Amino acid sequence: MGRRRSNRSNRHFGNLRRIKPAVMEQLPSSWGRYPASRARSVVDAAWTSDVPSRVDAPLLAYGLGRSYGDVCLNDGGDVVRMHRCDRVLSFDRELGIIRAEAGLSIADLLRICVPHGWFVPVTPGTRYVTLGGAVANDVHGKNHHRVGTFGCHVRCLELRRTDGSVHLCSLTDNANLFSATIAGMGLTGVITWVEIQLLPIASRIVIQESVKAKSLHDLIEQTDASDADWDYTVSWIDVMSRGSSLGRGLVLRGRFQDMADGTLGKPWKGPILSVPIEAPSWLLSKPTISLFNTVWYNRQLGRLKRTELDAEPFFYPLDAVGSWNLLYGRRGMLQYQCVIPADDGERVMRRILEEMQRGGVSSFLAVLKKFGPLVSPGLMSFPRPGLTLTLDMPISGKPMFEALHRCDELVHSVGGRVYSAKDSRVRGSMFRAMYADEIARFLPHIDPGMSSSFWRRIMNDGKDIA
Amino acid sequence: MNPSSIVIIGATSGIAQGVARHYAQRGWNIYLVARNTDALAAIQSDLLARGAMKVESMAADLRDVSRHDEVVKGAQQFSETIGVVLIAHGILRNQLEIDYDADEMLQVWNVNATSSISLLHRFGVAMETQRSGTIAIISSVAGDRGRRSLYTYGSTKAAVSHFVAGMRGRYKPLGINVLDIKPGPVDTPMMTGRTLMLGATVETVAKDIVAAIDKRKGVLYTPWFWRVIMRIVRMIPEPIFLKIKF
Ligand SMILES: Cc1cc2nc3c(=O)[nH]c(=O)nc-3n(C[C@H](O)[C@H](O)[C@H](O)COP(=O)(O)OP(=O)(O)OC[C@H]3O[C@@H](n4cnc5c(N)ncnc54)[C@H](O)[C@@H]3O)c2cc1C
Ligand SMILES: NC(=O)c1ccc[n+]([C@@H]2O[C@H](COP(=O)([O-])OP(=O)(O)OC[C@H]3O[C@@H](n4cnc5c(N)ncnc54)[C@H](OP(=O)(O)O)[C@@H]3O)[C@@H](O)[C@H]2O)c1
Repeated sequence: MGRRRSNRSNRHFGNLRRIKPAVMEQLPSSWGRYPASRARSVVDAAWTSDVPSRVDAPLLAYGLGRSYGDVCLNDGGDVVRMHRCDRVLSFDRELGIIRAEAGLSIADLLRICVPHGWFVPVTPGTRYVTLGGAVANDVHGKNHHRVGTFGCHVRCLELRRTDGSVHLCSLTDNANLFSATIAGMGLTGVITWVEIQLLPIASRIVIQESVKAKSLHDLIEQTDASDADWDYTVSWIDVMSRGSSLGRGLVLRGRFQDMADGTLGKPWKGPILSVPIEAPSWLLSKPTISLFNTVWYNRQLGRLKRTELDAEPFFYPLDAVGSWNLLYGRRGMLQYQCVIPADDGERVMRRILEEMQRGGVSSFLAVLKKFGPLVSPGLMSFPRPGLTLTLDMPISGKPMFEALHRCDELVHSVGGRVYSAKDSRVRGSMFRAMYADEIARFLPHIDPGMSSSFWRRIMNDGKDIA
Repeated sequence: MNPSSIVIIGATSGIAQGVARHYAQRGWNIYLVARNTDALAAIQSDLLARGAMKVESMAADLRDVSRHDEVVKGAQQFSETIGVVLIAHGILRNQLEIDYDADEMLQVWNVNATSSISLLHRFGVAMETQRSGTIAIISSVAGDRGRRSLYTYGSTKAAVSHFVAGMRGRYKPLGINVLDIKPGPVDTPMMTGRTLMLGATVETVAKDIVAAIDKRKGVLYTPWFWRVIMRIVRMIPEPIFLKIKF
């Protein structure tokens, strides 16, 4: 079945295409723009049948590159970009079940399903991710305490492996491969389509409350209280705060609103700005970041602020500025995200924040959330019940990396772990220790024709493609 | 009111799919013609999910002109009045790629010029009595002046532009608009492995095309700056133009 676009064109062009460099390839990069990477070749699959079924170098699928680190990179290997495979294959408007090619973005999906009263069950903080990427990293959102990860809502998916085989996977069919593919970081094969159960919504309007918390303890208490009554919760932390106010911040909570007139509400048309060029590195440096954090914290005067807003600005405030990652300048940035099991949460979280300050880490965006108990089918899935902390930071020198390694030790010592979708620097041995049992069960399901920069870094401690 | 209908020839093209999504969102009826049935099925379900009222398709290799009447008849059976016809199929070959093979060179003519002109003509005649609608075809900025690296492709597009310029005069009094769409390089499968100089996205080009159809324009350069660039290119004196290697 299907077509072989690449074969056909080779027949027409003989060797001509080969001598020319693949011009379109923009050496796919990650959101953090660190580390630098260059693929040997890049294929844009226009149809799922374009996915290579035979390889002579490690292959990796690429969605929209919204991973911060190198899980979406394949330095020296081949990359197949999936964003053009974005067709909806079926959409049951009554039941809210949608099956779509893996390159469909959440942005596009919302355009299709929201008018019919459906929302994505789980969404990360940006709508510019593909379904394939959401599955491969088993992403979580502000409602993890209620509904678990994205993978919990996947009904089935199709996987193409580099031996040419095609597998339908679900909790009942090829169940082991299914659970290895969810959070499988693209290593079990290329996902061609995904079928998910959507979430019914009464309207596209969200009611949001922001509670000011004056310390980490206060913030965690407010989080617990909010989790009990609200579908979506997340907290922003002022990472520059010290001493008794260490970990102060704002707890944001929200839920979809019933509209008085029974409608879904008007489509949202917010302005979208864009960062046109790479910024100089002083722009997001320690002084400016400190200033931002202080201003942000003090902007809200009272303890509680209540607003009604459209779902899009509620879920995706950062998307209002396109390519904002360029603000971090040439050196790029990284994100640190870890989870600490519930009992140790506050104590360890405090130590991590102190460790970061000691390492001179300045973070523009620090976010705290409590993961709930729902277990994902994904074998390598990151979330565990407990507190998760996420910090964005510009790449700086050795002290920053060393502070992060010390944080890893701390996190690991209490049974916590870091998130591969955000990582570009954890030591292989450390990651292997954090996920020891999972990796042992995951390895047999890896497609031998696939690999990523991340996986080589973790498994061979960075040795390149042999 | 019944929704309007659009007929898309070469419906699997990257640009055509972008345009089709706009009409799906408007809730139109959409008739697709292309040669790959698997691809047609995927596009069909996608357009329905995005809001199209009704979508049907026909599989045909468009080089086969003997099937063109069937294509027109299929479209008319699908919808009595045709709101828009968009002809989008085409192949791109650099001169170097076909220089050693005259038959291959003529294939470019068969696909881009002969089959297009055949379809343009047949749809024109078929729509004559309805006295409304738009016939649109994608030619290219490459048709504006012959250059050494792309003159076979460029001349097929020039032929099409020439043909529709004449058609426009004929059909205007009948209430039918004939639109010539001239994109610069667009990021579609056609451009795989080629330089995308000043390349545009499918979204940009599709939006321009839909707006031009709405406004009943005659000629569309998309993105807009190609109108300026091509005016300059056409003005370059021949002795200088001959020295430019592109
Ligand atoms: C502003 C911002 C906020 C974010 N917020 C969150 C958040 O709240 N929670 C969270 O969990 N994450 C978050 N992320 C991370 C992001 O959601 C994930 O990295 C996501 O996986 C990116 O999807 P993508 O389509 O861009 O995939 P890419 O980054 O391109 O790829 C991610 C992984 O998926 C694999 N992959 C992609 N497509 C396929 C396919 N078709 N088949 C097989 N494998 C495939 C790749 O190989 C790679 O391993 C955020 C990122 C940004 C930039
Ligand atoms: N992309 C650009 O930079 C650019 C610039 C200017 C003009 N254009 C023009 O825009 C139009 C659309 O191109 P695109 O960019 O969207 O490229 P594309 O995605 O490669 O689309 C070309 C389409 O033409 C179809 N086709 C080719 N030969 C055919 C045949 N014999 N029978 C039926 N269908 C056939 C192909 O179908 P298969 O998939 O079955 O082969 C394909 O779907 C073309 O006319 C092109 O010349 C493109």
